[in-house]
Amino acid sequence: MIRSEIIRDIAPILRDQLVVCNIGLPSQELHMIDDQASTFYMLGTMGLSSSIGLGVALAQQKTVISIDGDGSVLTNLGTLPTIANNVADNFILLIIDNGSYGSTGDQPTYAGKKTSLTAVARACGCENVIECHAEETGVVLQAAIDSKVMTVIVAKCESGNIKVPVITKDPVVIRDRFMNEVVRTDE
Amino acid sequence: MSVSKKIVNDFVANGIEFVTTVPCKQLGGVIAAVEKEPSIYHIPSNKEDEGMGLCAGAFMGGKRPAIIMQNTAIGVTVNTLVTLTQFYRMPLPMLISYRGELKEPVACQVEMAVHTKALLNQLNIPTYHFHQPGDEQELDAILKYTFMCNKPVAILTDATFWGGY
Repeated sequence: MIRSEIIRDIAPILRDQLVVCNIGLPSQELHMIDDQASTFYMLGTMGLSSSIGLGVALAQQKTVISIDGDGSVLTNLGTLPTIANNVADNFILLIIDNGSYGSTGDQPTYAGKKTSLTAVARACGCENVIECHAEETGVVLQAAIDSKVMTVIVAKCESGNIKVPVITKDPVVIRDRFMNEVVRTDE
Repeated sequence: MSVSKKIVNDFVANGIEFVTTVPCKQLGGVIAAVEKEPSIYHIPSNKEDEGMGLCAGAFMGGKRPAIIMQNTAIGVTVNTLVTLTQFYRMPLPMLISYRGELKEPVACQVEMAVHTKALLNQLNIPTYHFHQPGDEQELDAILKYTFMCNKPVAILTDATFWGGY
């Protein structure tokens, strides 16, 4: 399974949640598969999906899922101690770990070599870290949502990409509709 | 009242409830005052771009943020300021220690000081410079301005303002 197949699998679960989606292909894939106003698409700033998601989670009550990649977490490794030491039980960090920088041409990351992001997250103090196979991602993600306990998921998958269009939405529109979803109350 | 306490009081009066900090000796008093303020969630960050990500999230989650950092951070955060804070039009007061100015004992700090205002100017970031004791009286208006225009705004505070080291 490759990343876009995981995203296709979990899109029905993501639909009802606040989502911060990583720059590049992950955002473009989710946008193409199931665009939702409750998804904040990152158009720039590699590495900050987990930081933005944690900020949203700490500021309000709804569940927030940050979709990140192994390369992006490596570029902002300082995020893991911050997450560990500022527990938000409405926060889930989903690292789709394909061992490569997918958006730039599948160059290998160190996470695909000796470095285990699962072990790094645990060493940083994250208390609920679950590594799973790509096929299990939906089940693990749903369980994490239901548990209402801050969880880091490392979903291991194969590298590879599909053709997707770039996102042409205005960033302020993306931000505004996301903020409206933050404050929306279900009737 | 100490200047640090007055700064934090202005934060509170302007609805700031989420503050991230990267330490600086010069801003130690403000950071301590932030930590003591019960209405502010203080979240230290490991690097300033990470802190700006946290602030962007907090803002979208409904809390007014601020970041406290050194001017060396301007060298670290250009991409984040441009492609996150500015691109998505988010407000971010940046209380910055302006190291490398008069009374600076560490030569290396000057190397970044000479670029600080030029970089902020290049990024079209409104910039205010607290140089004399009492300049902090403008902080309340600067914070109101920041949340009015949804931009990152820099408040440089130098050693003369803080009374030396």
